[in-house]
Amino acid sequence: MSRPIVIENASLYGDTTASILVEDGVITAVGEVAAPEGAVVVDATGLIALPGLVDLHTHLREPGREDAETIETGSRAASRGGWTAVFAMANTNPVADTAGVVEQVWSRGREIGLVDVFPVGAVTVGLKGEHLSEMGAMAHSKANVRLFSDDGVCVYDPVIMRRALEYVKTFDGAIVQHAQDLRLTEGSQMHEGEVSAELGLAGWPAVAEESIVARDALLAEHVGSRVHVQHLSTAGSVEIIRWAKARGISVTAEATPHHLLLTDESARTYDPLFKVNPPLRTQSDVDALRAAVADGTIDIIATDHAPHAAEDKDCEWAAASFGMLGLETALGVIQKALVDTGALTWRDVARLMSENPARIGKVDDQHGRPLAEGEPANITLVDPAAAWTVDGAQLASRASNTPYGGMELPGRAVATLLRGEPTYLSPRFEGAFA
Amino acid sequence: MRHLLSTKDLSRDDAILILDTAAQMAATQEREVRKLPTLRGKTVVNLFFEDSTRTRISFEAAAKRLSADVINFSAKGSSVSKGESLKDTALTLQAMGADAVVVRHWASGAAYQLAHGGWLHGSVLNAGDGTHQHPTQSLLDAFTMRRHLVSDPTGADLAGLTVAIVGDVLHSRVARSNVHLLHTLGAKVVLVAPATLVPVGIEPWPCDVVHTLDQALEAYEIDALMMLRVQRERMTGGGSAFFPSPAEYTRLFGLDGDRLRRLPDHAIVMHPGPMNRGLEISAEAADSPRSVIVEQVANGVAVRMAALYLLLAGEEGAQ
Repeated sequence: MSRPIVIENASLYGDTTASILVEDGVITAVGEVAAPEGAVVVDATGLIALPGLVDLHTHLREPGREDAETIETGSRAASRGGWTAVFAMANTNPVADTAGVVEQVWSRGREIGLVDVFPVGAVTVGLKGEHLSEMGAMAHSKANVRLFSDDGVCVYDPVIMRRALEYVKTFDGAIVQHAQDLRLTEGSQMHEGEVSAELGLAGWPAVAEESIVARDALLAEHVGSRVHVQHLSTAGSVEIIRWAKARGISVTAEATPHHLLLTDESARTYDPLFKVNPPLRTQSDVDALRAAVADGTIDIIATDHAPHAAEDKDCEWAAASFGMLGLETALGVIQKALVDTGALTWRDVARLMSENPARIGKVDDQHGRPLAEGEPANITLVDPAAAWTVDGAQLASRASNTPYGGMELPGRAVATLLRGEPTYLSPRFEGAFA
Repeated sequence: MRHLLSTKDLSRDDAILILDTAAQMAATQEREVRKLPTLRGKTVVNLFFEDSTRTRISFEAAAKRLSADVINFSAKGSSVSKGESLKDTALTLQAMGADAVVVRHWASGAAYQLAHGGWLHGSVLNAGDGTHQHPTQSLLDAFTMRRHLVSDPTGADLAGLTVAIVGDVLHSRVARSNVHLLHTLGAKVVLVAPATLVPVGIEPWPCDVVHTLDQALEAYEIDALMMLRVQRERMTGGGSAFFPSPAEYTRLFGLDGDRLRRLPDHAIVMHPGPMNRGLEISAEAADSPRSVIVEQVANGVAVRMAALYLLLAGEEGAQ
């Protein structure tokens, strides 16, 4: 058995100061804690303790693009970012559309052990949008898949989408939709607006997202199923989600750190590091997303961590791949964009980045649990005063396609515990555990 | 000036300097010996990722008349077609010691990336990038307008002139370059296009937009009428549906003899070429005495000489 750990004087959720005792992977006391003999004592004065973060939207690229990321490098990036669980998207090669592939990803994640890797299954075979994949087999596999997504592409055919929504009710699953009208975005490169008009990059209209969000909310209502909408990027999508929730539709929504911080203005550099799907939008969209995150219309923040090999980004904008790294920068970006601006408290961050994603992902028996006695010791310590400058080459991911290179972020995770085991320790704590 | 990437980067003084220099260059072209020694020992690379015989020949003639060594590099491949990447091409040119790279590329922003990617040390001259910019085209257009429409051209801008640009603004780097440059030079710009071919987000552009050529002829006293090339296949094929048919386009936006006669007497007709006779412009309009289309080509060489001269020779003068 590993040594007990005492986390002394942490600020729980940024609210109350307390110490936490961890023994055998479980939180055994919270409050005034006497350190047992042989315990590792960590001085957490000034640090925020949060339940381990849960990323509902990660691309680990394995199998298929191990030159961009592997389950191992992605797990390391996740643990350094404060995450204790990640949901691995299905757009690998081969696609995670069978029980075999999801079990392989799941067990590789366990072998590495730095983060719980929960595979997301593909909705359709090969992500082609034509035939439903064997979602039941994936649900009943060892990977116990509950979320299904063709992320990267939209489940575009309304009949296929309807059937998928109905079918997953069989095992209490949910469809996770990448909302993008494919016809309206043929060849699209960036948000369609004043910047695209000037830059001569083909526009990606907001309506291409909003029309699918509206359609799928209505479909979910019609068949009485659950839909989760990924990476909301427009003010209009926010309005539709707000309307759908008011109507009682079982819809949840996510926003990414990059859509909460960056705008289409960054495309003026023609640097493909800023090329992402859905595209970065305008400041008024960013403002609407921030308001929606704060008022609960948007349920979760997820990274859409999308590693790409250098040659897929070091090229013409139109030739570059969509996507950016996110696991290690998410906490700092959210602190910068939302906590330090007063829009969110750390309590809200726990809800948006741990509790709600765990609930939507159906892993809330293990993750997103309260920091309380008897709960699994999945804990992230955040130093909100550890300002750092992002450098793509220093990140743990195999790829380095971060849009935040050179940007100073105000804080970061400094320790991550998964079931009581440290999966990441910043240098300041390494001595205590030695 | 280190690079020439976009007309948006040009101040009024920059633009007038280029036009005045082009006028001097044009004058030298009247002499018996047209070759100038100015850029002797300099290497200019014409890097063309997209076919354009006309623009390439124009730059080649300009560089050669300034005595530069010219290398033509036709890079048909791209990262998309698994050819050599933009970066590797740039590194190759750097290794060969290019003083200036004239780049034509199918991707918007490629010239900007070449100039700012840290791969090349030479000057980058944008010879057309995707649907973004084509600065020397608009400079030669402005040069042509100034010659015909301004009584004392040297040192002058285009204040008081009204220029109508007709056609596919959405996909046109010529339109984008001209809107900025003509505005900087004090001209009024009117874009004439079906709403499908006007970019969403055009509001901040310093120009008016109208939706038929007849409306433009009625509402404005047009000094220069510029017809843009319409790419027939792109317009109606593959469900793109920018307009219903070439015939309808010609009916609403084509320049025929009747519309030509409604222009003021002094007005000129321009086209960046190559023309689709019978689609955006009739033979009568293209071949009329008001047409300056062939002269635009000649002026293109003078303007490109000026741009190369100011980028390459000016650099030494500053040192």
